[in-house]
Order: sequence, then C-alpha cells, then structure tokens
Amino acid sequence: MSFYDRYTVFTGDDPFRRLASATGCEVQRVLGKRILSWEDYLLLLSSAAQPYLEQMAQKAHAQTVAYFGRTMVLYTPLYLSNFCTNSCLYCGFNRDNRIVRRQLTLDEVEAEAKAIAGTGLRHILILTGDAPAMASVAYIERCCAVLKRYFPAIGMEIYALSEKDYGRLIRAGVDSLTLYQETYNETLYARLHPRGPKRDYRFRLDAPESACRAGMRAVNIGSLLGLDDWRRDAFLTGLHASYLQDRYPETEISVSLPRMRPHAGGYQPEYDVEDRHIVQIMTALRLFMPRVGITISTRESARFRDRLLPLGVTRMSAGSCTAVGGRTADKETVGQFDISDERSVPEMAAMLRRAGWQPVYKDWQAIG
Amino acid sequence: MPETANQKDPLIIGGQTFDSRLLIGTGKYPSDDMIPRIIAASGSRIITVALRRVDFEADTDNVMQHIPGHMQLLPNTSGARNAEEAVRIARLARAIGCGNWVKIEAIPDNRNLLPDGHATLTATEILVKEGFVVLPYINADPVLARQLEDAGADAVMPLGAPIGTNRGLTTKEMLQIIIDEIKVPVVVDAGIGRPSQACEAMEMGADACLVNTAIASASDPVAMAGAFARAIRAGRQAWTAGLGSVRWQASASSPLTGFLYEQTGTP
Repeated sequence: MSFYDRYTVFTGDDPFRRLASATGCEVQRVLGKRILSWEDYLLLLSSAAQPYLEQMAQKAHAQTVAYFGRTMVLYTPLYLSNFCTNSCLYCGFNRDNRIVRRQLTLDEVEAEAKAIAGTGLRHILILTGDAPAMASVAYIERCCAVLKRYFPAIGMEIYALSEKDYGRLIRAGVDSLTLYQETYNETLYARLHPRGPKRDYRFRLDAPESACRAGMRAVNIGSLLGLDDWRRDAFLTGLHASYLQDRYPETEISVSLPRMRPHAGGYQPEYDVEDRHIVQIMTALRLFMPRVGITISTRESARFRDRLLPLGVTRMSAGSCTAVGGRTADKETVGQFDISDERSVPEMAAMLRRAGWQPVYKDWQAIG
Repeated sequence: MPETANQKDPLIIGGQTFDSRLLIGTGKYPSDDMIPRIIAASGSRIITVALRRVDFEADTDNVMQHIPGHMQLLPNTSGARNAEEAVRIARLARAIGCGNWVKIEAIPDNRNLLPDGHATLTATEILVKEGFVVLPYINADPVLARQLEDAGADAVMPLGAPIGTNRGLTTKEMLQIIIDEIKVPVVVDAGIGRPSQACEAMEMGADACLVNTAIASASDPVAMAGAFARAIRAGRQAWTAGLGSVRWQASASSPLTGFLYEQTGTP
C-alpha cells in the first residue's frame, strides 16, 4: 500500500465533479459536522464554500486555539547548498539557471548556525538542491553534527531519500522532514520536471511515507500552489496528509501552503492563487484535520501573514534567507525564491505578541 | 489567602503537602508573562511544563523564568511516543535541574492525543525505580490505574475527555471507579472545559484537577483561573461535607412496611 494507490482513484475528473456541483446547503451541512470526510473537505474547497469563508474561519480559529493554544512555533531556513541536477521549470536552483553555485563548508555551517542561534531560534530547517554527489547524505550528517550543538530541533528539506537514508539522518539528529510533492498532477509533474532524479514522481510521492516508517518525528508535506488548479492540489495534499496521519499516528503530520513566487528562472504560475483562496484552503484543511500542523513561510507578505495568524497557522518562518551563506558570507548567492516577508526574528516576535500570540522558539528537545 | 487554600485538607503527593487542588499548565497562553498572574489567581501550587518547550540556553523568552520558586514543578514528557522516549525526557529534565517529579505522557497517536497505557506503565516502572515522583497521564482505565498504583506511581491522572476538547467528564463512569478504588491521589486531567465540570469531578471525590486549555484559551485567562479555583474548592467542600444520596423518586411514604406501624383496633 502506498498513497499512490489512493491517489490513482482521484486521477480522473469524476471525484472533482463535486467541486462544480456543490451547493451552499451542502457546505452548511459540512460546517455543522464534527468529523469531516474527504468529500466534505472537497466541498469546503469548492467555489460554493466561498460565501462561508467567515464561518469557516471562525470554526478554524476556535479549533486551532483549542488544540495548539495561542502559540506560534518559529523556525528559519538554512540553505547549505544550491547545486542541483534537476531542471524544475519553476525553481531558481534549476541547473540551467546561470547562478553562482555554492556549498557551505562545515566552518561556514557553524558560522551560520551561530548567527541564527543568536536570534534565539532553536528550530532550524536545512535545505539543499538535488545533487547527491555534492550535498550527499554523508555531508548532511556532518552538517548535523555541527548543528546539533546549536539546535535541539533539526528539520530538513532536501531531495527525496530512501527509508534507509532517512534512518541514517534521523540517527544524525534530524527530527523532521519537509518534502513537497509540488503538484500531484502526474502529467503536469512530468512536464515541470524534464530532467534529473526528481523526475521520478512515484519515488517522491512515497518519500514522506518512507520517512514515517524510518521513525521521523514530524513530516511536513505540501504542493506549490499555482502550478496546477489549486483546488485539486490542495485537496490531494490534504488527502495525502490524512493518509499519513491514519497510518503513522505517532508521526506529527503537517502541511505547508507555499504559493508560487517570482524568481530568477522567470517561470510564471499558470493558476492565480488569490489571498482568499489561501484562506479557503487553510480553513478547510483545519476543519478536515483539526490537529494537523500548518506552516506559512516568508514567501507570503508580512501584511498577509499577520492576517492569517488566527486562521489555523501553527508554524511560521522568520528572519529567512534563501541564499546559500546569506547570513554570514560577504557575497551571497541568488536565493531559491524571493522573500516577501523580510522581518527579523525580534520583529516577528514583537508582531506576534502584539497580536496576542506567543512566539515559541523551541518546541522539541533532541533526546537521542 | 488564595481561594483554594485549605490547611486542614491538604493534597498530598509524593510526601509533599499542597494547599491547592488545582494543577495548572504552561502551554497555550498568549504570553508566558501571564503565568505569574495565572498562578496568583488560581492559588495553584503545582505547575506542569513541557520539557520540549524549555530552552536551557535562552536568557529571555524562557518559560522557566516566569515560574516562581515556591511552585512545585511537574515536568511532562510531551512529545514522547513510547516508554523509552518518556524515560529519556524524564531523565533529561532531572539532569538539567527540573527536579524529580514527572508527568508521564506517552502518546503514539497524534490524531486524538490518547496515551498508550502499556508504554506509560513501562515508563512508570522504570522511573519509580530511579527515584522519580511519577504522575502518569492515562485514559480513564481502572485496571491500568491499579497497575500503576502497584508499580509505585504517586498519583494517577486519568483524562475526563480527549485533551484540548473542553468536553468535560465524558469518562465519568470509569473515573468514579478509579476514584473509588485507587488509594493514591486521582488528578483528573484533560478535557475539563468549564469550572462546573471541575467542580463535578471534585464532588465525585477526585483529589485534584489539572486544567490548562480551558484557562489558556479563555478570553480572560486570569479571571478563568480564579473561577476554576473557586469551583474546585466548592466541589471539594461538598465532597468532604458529605453529599446527600440521590433518589429517583419521592420517598415520603412506606408502602411496603407501613403496616408494621398501623394501629390495630381494640377488640
């Protein structure tokens, strides 16, 4: 069994006909339910649910506060390497893009770690491009040995790995995985990923499950909203998260809602994902999965992120930099994508406090 | 004097005496600055803190700096998925100076956050031997509660309803059996959403209640902490005063035995 078996049921148009046929009455009925099925979730993503956004938001807010409190876990990304063998059309690290390629030395990793730890953050998310010959599992292990001295929680967002390699990195100190499917539309996926190991749709789709099996404490998935019809990708992301939560109840499952941003490659998203759509996805997801973590990164603007606070978000990045060595090096490289919210960690913390939210710098303790 | 203070009827756990029967948490507040005011309003003497949230390095933004020295710290093993992780977190908490009390949370289910009884028992057995004062968080399972008592737990903490749900004493029947059968203190933990529900648990004979979500998610958490303190004190007073028994119908007459007292006519 793999999520692919579940996914194939939804490859045709049939299940999505509900999106077009949904009525306001049906949406209201869903809003009165305690436990939502996947069909209910689909109804909440339909255009028929748009007039009910305020009701969805009120309910999502109440559920989020009940389960997570008025707290927001903060983390920051640390780009270790931007070497990449893929040609993802939408990504700034695309191997065909003429950008300066760099990989941090362990001394540089330490310098960046010190700079980040100085802000008080204790959750780090390490990222690389997809070039296992350069940023190998062994390299990540060595980086973790350094980072463990500064951070009690290490997340990673790197190329998809096997269960065995996830096990290696868990032993090295990684406790959470972020891996986006980008789009669940297999045909579109093939077109967007013309070359490189990431072309293997199935391997990437199964990787979060491999991480769960390897004993990863937390797994965060998502699709890059705007690549395909956002309703379909948001639906399948929720279905995937729910599948993982059912089968691996000991793993904390969370979902990111990244929206396409402009970047060096110049790929423009095919579908326009408006702010109200992000709100609809977030609140529908919260009602479908009351305890799922929801992450919003600095791809979104400060103003919009502030408004999203009460709607279901549980984790936010702060003080972000998407360039390799961006915090300490004299000459930084081009970032993977442009950051919209450039606020520092203290600025984010101050905003959260003003809004009645507690910034949480540390929410895990490595016990290995 | 705090609303819950009662010197003659103290709560005793792990050989220590407390003049409040309301235990509080540290999670979910809009700001840790609020904790001292919650403590003052609640009169609480025992406070649980998730080790995963404690930052040993931070000079500021550290939950520990908001907890006054007179409080009994109850580190919990939030995040532990099994016995081994719970034991490791407990040891770490003691090693960094959080004392030797521990609330065991071993939760392999992130959807409903229900505790694993077997893992909790295993962790309790290990930690009791290592000299910890152990308060295990469990489902309202009387058999497990007995096993934990036999293993040396210093209290048991059965849930009233799934954590964070504010749904009250949905496990009432099983809670009553635990209260009736278990000799160590019974602290009703999780699910209590209203002061009246905490009061009810105390009227049933529970020794204490732990309340976090209902206080932290209130519009005015400090006022809600005071409301819970009063409810728990009222419930305890009612319990010690001896509640009248409940009858299902009026009992003014004695239809079956009244004849015994009837005057017989003179011959």
